[in-house]
Amino acid sequence: MATTTTSGGGDFVSNLGRIYTIYTGGFIAFVILMAILSAAGVPNVIIGYMFVGFTILIYAVIGILSRTMQVGEYYVAGRRVPAIYNGMATGADWMSGASFVGMAGTLYLLGYDGLAFVLGWTGGYVLVAILVAPYLRKFGAYTVPDFLSARYGGNLARFIGVVVLFSCSFTYVVAQVYATGIISARFLGLDFNVAVYVGLAGILVCSMLGGMRAVTWTQVAQYIVLIIAYLIPAIWMSTVKTGVPIPQLMQGTALANITALETAQGIAVNHITPFVHGGYNALNFFLLILCLMVGTASLPHVLMRYFTTPSVREARVSVAWSLLFIFILYFTAPAYAAFAKWTMLDLVASGLTPDNIAEKAGWMMRWAAADNALVQICGKAAIDTAAIAAACAEQGVTNIGFANINLNADMIVLATPEMAGMPYVISGLVAAGGLAAALSTADGLLLAIANALSHDIYYKMIDQNAPTARRLVVSRVLLVVVAIAAAYVASTKPADILAMVSWAFSLAAAGLFPALVLGVWWKRANSAGAIAGMIAGFGICLYYLLGTRYGAVGFVEMWSGLSTATAEQLAKFEELKAAFAAAAPDAQAAAWAAFDKHAQTIANWGGVKNLSAAAFGLPVGFAVMYVVSRLTKEPSHELQEFIEEIRIPRGKTIMEEKTA
Amino acid sequence: MATPDRVSYWNKTRSLMFLMLGLWFFFGYVIHFFVGPLNNIVILGFPLGFYMAAQGSLIAFVVMLFWFARKQNSIDEEHGVSEE
Repeated sequence: MATTTTSGGGDFVSNLGRIYTIYTGGFIAFVILMAILSAAGVPNVIIGYMFVGFTILIYAVIGILSRTMQVGEYYVAGRRVPAIYNGMATGADWMSGASFVGMAGTLYLLGYDGLAFVLGWTGGYVLVAILVAPYLRKFGAYTVPDFLSARYGGNLARFIGVVVLFSCSFTYVVAQVYATGIISARFLGLDFNVAVYVGLAGILVCSMLGGMRAVTWTQVAQYIVLIIAYLIPAIWMSTVKTGVPIPQLMQGTALANITALETAQGIAVNHITPFVHGGYNALNFFLLILCLMVGTASLPHVLMRYFTTPSVREARVSVAWSLLFIFILYFTAPAYAAFAKWTMLDLVASGLTPDNIAEKAGWMMRWAAADNALVQICGKAAIDTAAIAAACAEQGVTNIGFANINLNADMIVLATPEMAGMPYVISGLVAAGGLAAALSTADGLLLAIANALSHDIYYKMIDQNAPTARRLVVSRVLLVVVAIAAAYVASTKPADILAMVSWAFSLAAAGLFPALVLGVWWKRANSAGAIAGMIAGFGICLYYLLGTRYGAVGFVEMWSGLSTATAEQLAKFEELKAAFAAAAPDAQAAAWAAFDKHAQTIANWGGVKNLSAAAFGLPVGFAVMYVVSRLTKEPSHELQEFIEEIRIPRGKTIMEEKTA
Repeated sequence: MATPDRVSYWNKTRSLMFLMLGLWFFFGYVIHFFVGPLNNIVILGFPLGFYMAAQGSLIAFVVMLFWFARKQNSIDEEHGVSEE
């Protein structure tokens, strides 16, 4: 490739170890400086600003230093990223704002059943390594649709690939922008609408000038920030509670104490009991694991990270490193959750009443004041002592029990430092970590979308003769357009956006996985089969997701035979339907809302949650692809040779780029 | 292109893939089918079934992948298809 030499590029790669060691040391020194300033009386708001401002400044500097005008650098970082650094970058790319902010909270609330997320989001990398990544690297694509087009001959497969990519990546990126907005709003005191655009600016400085190259090196920096920010509170809690600074190991002690406290407080549903929380029966637990794993192996923004390694061999090792770096956070998350839960159970066991809550847990009121939905006690927002007293008096509660306190999953990680009485500097650090997680994922996703639009749609389908400079300009313009669109959608605070993130996994799994895997492992797979399989798998999955969520009434009427609804639930459905039909015009909206809400609880096939829609899309996708491929002509001799070439590491990449 | 060596290379690669898939299925699913009985074994406060989902399977995945990268690389070298 003619793009290997860039100004100072070689120096930079050979000095990576030194550069990032200095960076890590610098960051730790910064945290210590903040702690000293905080102790010296500098107000919390200033500390918050410095944490957010300083880290974004670093990312921006890296982004600007990595600017490039070369196609190979822009799309795949010149394919010079060593396995271990690509692993770190993938870790940051992968762990979203939701993983950082929401995962431990979900584990806190769901106990054992939340571990489906931990298992699904790690085990998926096994599939990435053995089935997909090394072969895509050998092929030498710039984007995932590139591969589909070459393997399944033509732009139709490419176009469907872009549609699937866009639909799974866009909702995901909106959620990341939303998360950056939430964190900036909480810690900088900005208005949410302003905060969203501030977050957007942070995202764009990293990705716009240098494409994949800049994103790679900022993601490495972001990984370091986010992992330090995640580990410190967990280590802190472990040390305070048990005297041993290894939270992952001492989690056992925490679990034993949780169970004892739960028994003492008469809590029926134990933290460690499987298949009882939040509607996760065994079927949904295992299906969710499957969808998350297969989705991981199909999400384009993850797969494209492995296009940047220098060789096929490095790509394989790089997947292992990625998983190791991801593992460090994911095996801490259950410990984080356990220590937070232990702390809360202890707090409640010490005798919590509306009179002493201000003194014992003032943080609850601060969070409730920020957003009513975050902390509820006795069913009402815990804004102040009077509100808590009134709500509890109404329910006849004098001693506030564990069940009376309702914490939102997304606030638990951010609030833990206060919950466990840590100094404010740790809160600032956690905010910087959450921001790093959200920004890095947003960068990867935006780049995946913009690259697909500029490379696959514009260059490959519209203007094959476009000069390099114009392609890169188009790419950047599209990046900004997509980013602004994402920020706009995020600023409308779409209520369902966080739920939709989990949909991305099912959509990617059903739409892309069969075509990618069979493309490498089954020579007989042909164009007609792949196209039919992608449309069928993606279509069924989308139908199930949208049908059960937005068209629940119609879904129940059409499929009541397949639903697991009981006779009473169906009777109630008919009752609400009659009530809606009979409602006066001004009461119609309310009647419909009640009707639709009930319908959503019973709209399903065989009791499968809509989170796991790929449970249907995936087998359908595979089956259709197999049958249609068998019924139509086998791929040409040249194409079979091409598959042979992909399967062996030796030799040039198949798709040499004729540019630069 | 389908020389005997290529065929043998691909057969070995495929066997390794199926072995990995089997291990993946075991640690991803099979072991968790038995979470109930495993939870009766408690080590350092960890019920074993819970431990496997929170840490055990994750550790297995990481180790598996490093082992796979080495193993596949030695298959490449053995058949003379590794990168220069």
